Amino acid sequence: MGVEQKLGNMGVVTTTLESVVNWGRTNAMWPMLFGLACCAIEMMSAQSSSYDMSRFGMELMRASPRQSDLMIVAGRVSRKMAPVLRRLYDQMPEPKWVIAMGDCASCGGVFNNYAILQGVDEVVPVDVYVAGCPPRPEALIHGVMTLYEKVKADKFVPTQDK
Amino acid sequence: MEAKLEPIVKTLQAKFGGSFEEFRGEVHYFIQPAQIVEALTLLRDQHQFELLSAQTAVDYWPQTSPRFHVIYQLSSLAQNITLQLRVPVNGDSPTVPTATGVFDSANWRERELLDMFGIQFEGHPDPRRILMPEDSDGHPLRKDYPLGYEEPQFTFNFEDIDLRKPYAKE
Ligand code: SF4
Repeated sequence: MGVEQKLGNMGVVTTTLESVVNWGRTNAMWPMLFGLACCAIEMMSAQSSSYDMSRFGMELMRASPRQSDLMIVAGRVSRKMAPVLRRLYDQMPEPKWVIAMGDCASCGGVFNNYAILQGVDEVVPVDVYVAGCPPRPEALIHGVMTLYEKVKADKFVPTQDK
Repeated sequence: MEAKLEPIVKTLQAKFGGSFEEFRGEVHYFIQPAQIVEALTLLRDQHQFELLSAQTAVDYWPQTSPRFHVIYQLSSLAQNITLQLRVPVNGDSPTVPTATGVFDSANWRERELLDMFGIQFEGHPDPRRILMPEDSDGHPLRKDYPLGYEEPQFTFNFEDIDLRKPYAKE
């Protein structure tokens, strides 16, 4: 009786550590609540039963940065809010990702003025930009799927060299 | 003008001089900065204007000089009337005595005027910015404050602006 046969019966698959870890990360991503303006309404409806983001393992919105690994910046960030945003980002444990949801978070949107940060990429590194004012829930979910593709291709390297 | 306002405006004119303007039933009474605290006290104590419902400013630069008008909107709940006091102030170093001694609610409004217009309120207990970050420059609601913060990116200047943009590091 061969070992291979026995193991085959037990349903063993072989893979690389990288891909299994990344698979785990994508299927249990906990976004941090960061609703700042009108876009937050669409983020809420992306969570609601008709769009149901929890199909992709994201049903838990955390109110604490220490428990989350994805920051969805939904809405416009004022200049006074910028240091707060950065501090919350710094408090999140590695690995962490950022989605800039909506035109305001991506580039300032219609608010080209003294009060609003011209894109959150001035204070935190952004992985995915979701366009729209506001983006529909499908667009946000597509943004998250895009991020999953990115995470799945992640390599294990020290963060400094990323 | 509202019948109940007439004697009040007459009293103000007898005491402080000054003129008034009326627009669609709203009365604006012009007064000098030095007289404002006295006028507010008089209106509050003798004419039942117990509420400072708004305090704001307008910048009339460059058409008018003095460029700023500080506006105090007083309401009398007892008599159901409102009256605006306008204080014209010069743009070089705009200074008005604080109204916090008369109406406590003037505190944050004067901080907002300081922040947005750079109007100093003499004797204010806590003269700090209220809306903008502490380290910001200038006063955004002044007409000579630059409009627009960032140049919009188009295809022809995309690279240019992209190079200048302060992207965050990890
Ligand atoms: S992108 Fe549009 S919907 Fe989103 S925060 Fe800005 S203005 Fe609101």
